[in-house]
Amino acid sequence: MLHTINKSPFEKNTLETCLRLAVDGASILYIEDGVYSAVKNTKFEQLISDKIPNIKMYVLEPDLKARGLDKSSLINNIEVIDYQGFVKLAVENEKIQNWL
Amino acid sequence: MKFGILVNEGPYQHQASDSAFLFAKAAIEEGHEIFRVFFYHDGVNNGTRLATPPQDDRHIPNRWSELAKEHKIDLVLCVAAAQRRGMVDPDEMKRNDKDANNIAENFRISGLGQLIEAGIQADRFITFGD
Amino acid sequence: MEDELESGVVKKFLYINRRAPHGSIYAHEALEVVLIGAAFDQDVSLAFIDDGVYQLKKNQDTSDINTKNFSKTYPALEMYDVEKLYVDKESLEQRGLSEDDLMVDVKILTSDEMKKIITESEVILNF
Repeated sequence: MLHTINKSPFEKNTLETCLRLAVDGASILYIEDGVYSAVKNTKFEQLISDKIPNIKMYVLEPDLKARGLDKSSLINNIEVIDYQGFVKLAVENEKIQNWL
Repeated sequence: MKFGILVNEGPYQHQASDSAFLFAKAAIEEGHEIFRVFFYHDGVNNGTRLATPPQDDRHIPNRWSELAKEHKIDLVLCVAAAQRRGMVDPDEMKRNDKDANNIAENFRISGLGQLIEAGIQADRFITFGD
Repeated sequence: MEDELESGVVKKFLYINRRAPHGSIYAHEALEVVLIGAAFDQDVSLAFIDDGVYQLKKNQDTSDINTKNFSKTYPALEMYDVEKLYVDKESLEQRGLSEDDLMVDVKILTSDEMKKIITESEVILNF
């Protein structure tokens, strides 16, 4: 299953709910304000790092760039993708859950 | 693959409509089909004919309209949500005795059944909202 | 008048509700989708997570805020054959609520059980 998260974890609890309810083997793509979840040195870094072994994580690059961030800002082992990559993820995963 | 897309927010207020548009465009470029884009809640405001954003900014309603025209995409505004928010096509204008209509070209107003149908018929269903 | 569907495709639909009622229209308009969707004979479930659990709280009275009290519709869902209502246990507990506070019969699910419901769904709508 592909999960997307579009809200900053400082604004809403979407990240926490998604991580609680996503199963091992799922993928999570951070889009829009959700990209702030993937940034290192925040209070959410541990929560995310703990899940990375079991959940493949991605960040949408256009949204990172818009917010003055890049790959070097991110927690390790989170892949940066573009919209083509987003489409591919949507195709590869039979089910999609867009957390808002 | 056939994609069904749900857009829950209006133009400019949230990024949802932009993200949905960029996704739709990328999907088309990858050779996929957009079965339908359904606009719900404030998303119906994406269908306005009357927006005048600043010249140096993207024109959200128009680019949806142009994308739909170029690739024959079905853009549907939910009738109930549209009625609440004053999005009116010529039929609704007559039906509800309004003095104007404001829907942009290549959008149509229809019922929630079109959303359910998109969920059933599309291979992938994706939501953009707040 | 909706077009007839060609085939008898039945998919597992899940409506995820995570917002409180009345402060925004999402809960109300989501319910409208459920009601219309009921006519399409799909396999429908509703999940109430985070503030979404507040949508089912008893005794909602909107008369002084002058908005439509759409909460009256939840008990009527079973008349539409929408009977699978799942409430997230952790969300309830965080909010100091229990099953007794809710206006309809629901299944209270642990996180593991809710994961299963989500994973088994084919079309998931979020509002």
